[in-house]
Amino acid sequence: MSDSKHRSPPSTGFDTLALHAGQSPDPTTGARATPIYQSAAFVFPDSDVAAGLFNIERAGHVYSRLSNPTNAVLEERMAALDHGIGAVVTASGQAAMHLAVTTLLSAGDHIVSSRSLYGGTHNLLEYTLSRFGISTTFVDPRDPTAFAAAIQENTKLLFGEVLGNPGLEVLDIPRIAAVAHDHGLPLLVDATFATPYLCRPIELGADLVMHSATKFLSGHGVVIGGVVVDGGTFDWLANDKFPTLSQPYAGFHDLVFAEEFGPQAFITRARKEGIRDFGACMAPMTAFQILQGLETLPLRMQRHVSNALEVARYLEAHPLVEQVSHPGLSSHPDYELAQQILPLGAGAVFSFELRGGREAGRTLIESLSLFSHLANVGDAKSLVIHPASTTHHRVEEQALRAAGIGPGLVRLSVGLEDPKDLLSDLKTALRAVEKKLGGKS
Amino acid sequence: MRTQVDGNEVFYGTGSGAPADDARTLIFVHGAGFDHTIWVMPARYFARHGWRVVAVDLPAHGRSQGAALTSIEQLADWLARLIDTVSPNQRASVVGHSMGSLVAMSAAARYAGKVEKLALLGTSAPMPVADVLLNAAKDNDQAAIDMTNTWSHSVGGSLGSSENPGLSNLAVGERLLQQAGPGVFYADLTACNNFKADALELIEQPTLVLIGDEDRMTPARAGLAVVDALHNVQQRRLPGCGHSMLSEQPNQVLDELAAFLPFAP
Repeated sequence: MSDSKHRSPPSTGFDTLALHAGQSPDPTTGARATPIYQSAAFVFPDSDVAAGLFNIERAGHVYSRLSNPTNAVLEERMAALDHGIGAVVTASGQAAMHLAVTTLLSAGDHIVSSRSLYGGTHNLLEYTLSRFGISTTFVDPRDPTAFAAAIQENTKLLFGEVLGNPGLEVLDIPRIAAVAHDHGLPLLVDATFATPYLCRPIELGADLVMHSATKFLSGHGVVIGGVVVDGGTFDWLANDKFPTLSQPYAGFHDLVFAEEFGPQAFITRARKEGIRDFGACMAPMTAFQILQGLETLPLRMQRHVSNALEVARYLEAHPLVEQVSHPGLSSHPDYELAQQILPLGAGAVFSFELRGGREAGRTLIESLSLFSHLANVGDAKSLVIHPASTTHHRVEEQALRAAGIGPGLVRLSVGLEDPKDLLSDLKTALRAVEKKLGGKS
Repeated sequence: MRTQVDGNEVFYGTGSGAPADDARTLIFVHGAGFDHTIWVMPARYFARHGWRVVAVDLPAHGRSQGAALTSIEQLADWLARLIDTVSPNQRASVVGHSMGSLVAMSAAARYAGKVEKLALLGTSAPMPVADVLLNAAKDNDQAAIDMTNTWSHSVGGSLGSSENPGLSNLAVGERLLQQAGPGVFYADLTACNNFKADALELIEQPTLVLIGDEDRMTPARAGLAVVDALHNVQQRRLPGCGHSMLSEQPNQVLDELAAFLPFAP
């Protein structure tokens, strides 16, 4: 379709979708909030309806591993927010990543991935999936030509994070999607740090999106969950690379998903095989809690972003800070790209390098009081971690540098507190660092 | 499944069925800009119940080849040739949605010996199309998709609460229309706009008219006018349902179709 010179009807705004998409008042009880359907299974009115539900002739629920009415509200809301055709929620973000990969790939297949990843994802791709015959080549996320160069005959998927970890590299989604599509491949994007409020990868050319819903989507650090969203944009029948969708599936009476379901093929197979057989489903109470978070996602993300930028600017000007890596700062190498990809802000997770190495990092962490020292991001409360003394404490300094982690690197997830209190906390902690280093920083 | 009509390859969904040689034939005809995948659930139901299901992609739609046909009469003639191909020894029943309902009516009037029963979903005869929509479609403009998709859903359906777990009906509709080739949607809308409802009195076949009470594309009063114009007809109303009834109320649509088209012998 061409650029519009005609007028489209107004579409429902993001803030409204965050509150309403996928749910209407309960027709039986009148409940306005989404009810928690804490039921393992659902009664069949008769045998033919039961057979119809199993055979995908009827819409509805059978068993809560496969689908659940509370989970379905969350799935439809996430699909609406990400502008996808459908979604499946999972037990965790890791489960979402696993579901996306295994719906498409089998032993002998290959992934080209950004090398700037959440550690858990790196472990899954580098070590675990390779045990099952799925290999991955890791490339520089800032170099679309590196993605192209790494594509092999057996490559089935390109993957990256909107905001890389820990360097906050901004993924050039339109260019990498073009590389993928030029090779007849889909692009899967992890948008956990951005959320659909800041970035909707499908609108930028990605075909599939995943999130750890544990983070900003739920927003309060109380649940573990994940979601895969299908853009419905990729033609799985255009080549012979995707037999799970283009060939008869013996596990469902030789159903050919792409032929029968068209744009819904991927998400239907993900539910009918991946959730059915691997079983990493979400609990309905978890879905309810994530829905509570989504209702305020736009408001929270605005505050997360503004607080994070204020903290980043403060740190950038501090003499004890060697470097701040935040794409919202003009000093970041991806600043210009971030303005295009993330026009409402570059998120609230960023890292900075302290002068003084491991000792400085450890002192800072132990001197903070509002920032909680833990291994998570995306909480309403501000969080901090010092990789060199925690997650990477056994790693030699040279190896840390190679991974982009300096000995004084500190990662923040900036929360919703009053920003002056966050700055005050950091000032106090930085004074403690200065004292520890004897003013020799 | 693939067959040939007019020398062009035609794709149709079978609902994963394996019909007996003497199975009765049920043809599903999609609406403007869409393809066979809108019928996936009823196709699978009727296939499981012994029908020979032919959920067809019209020429230039989905995975069927050929140029888009530009009048309902041309499409009805094409449908008659398809019936000759897939059901040469017996009449076929035809279920049509929106533009597909016009094709079904026209085929029933022109080829009474080939069509056994009709089910018309979201219908109107005539089926005028607003100039703003036609003009946008002529320019292959996204606005045509947005207008159609917005007006095809009820107010409630626009916000979701899909009966199909995890699916966004609005986005599915948008993607299907975006997949149509250049000029295809305009050809379809032009065919609808030019359709003359001057042969309805020729239709003698038993007919079901399914009406969405919140249909903004083919309003309920237009569906009722079709009911008034037919001889052997029954109507069913779907409260709260928009034009995209197959996605908004798939189970209710299936129940009505199943009652109208009982199990094949």
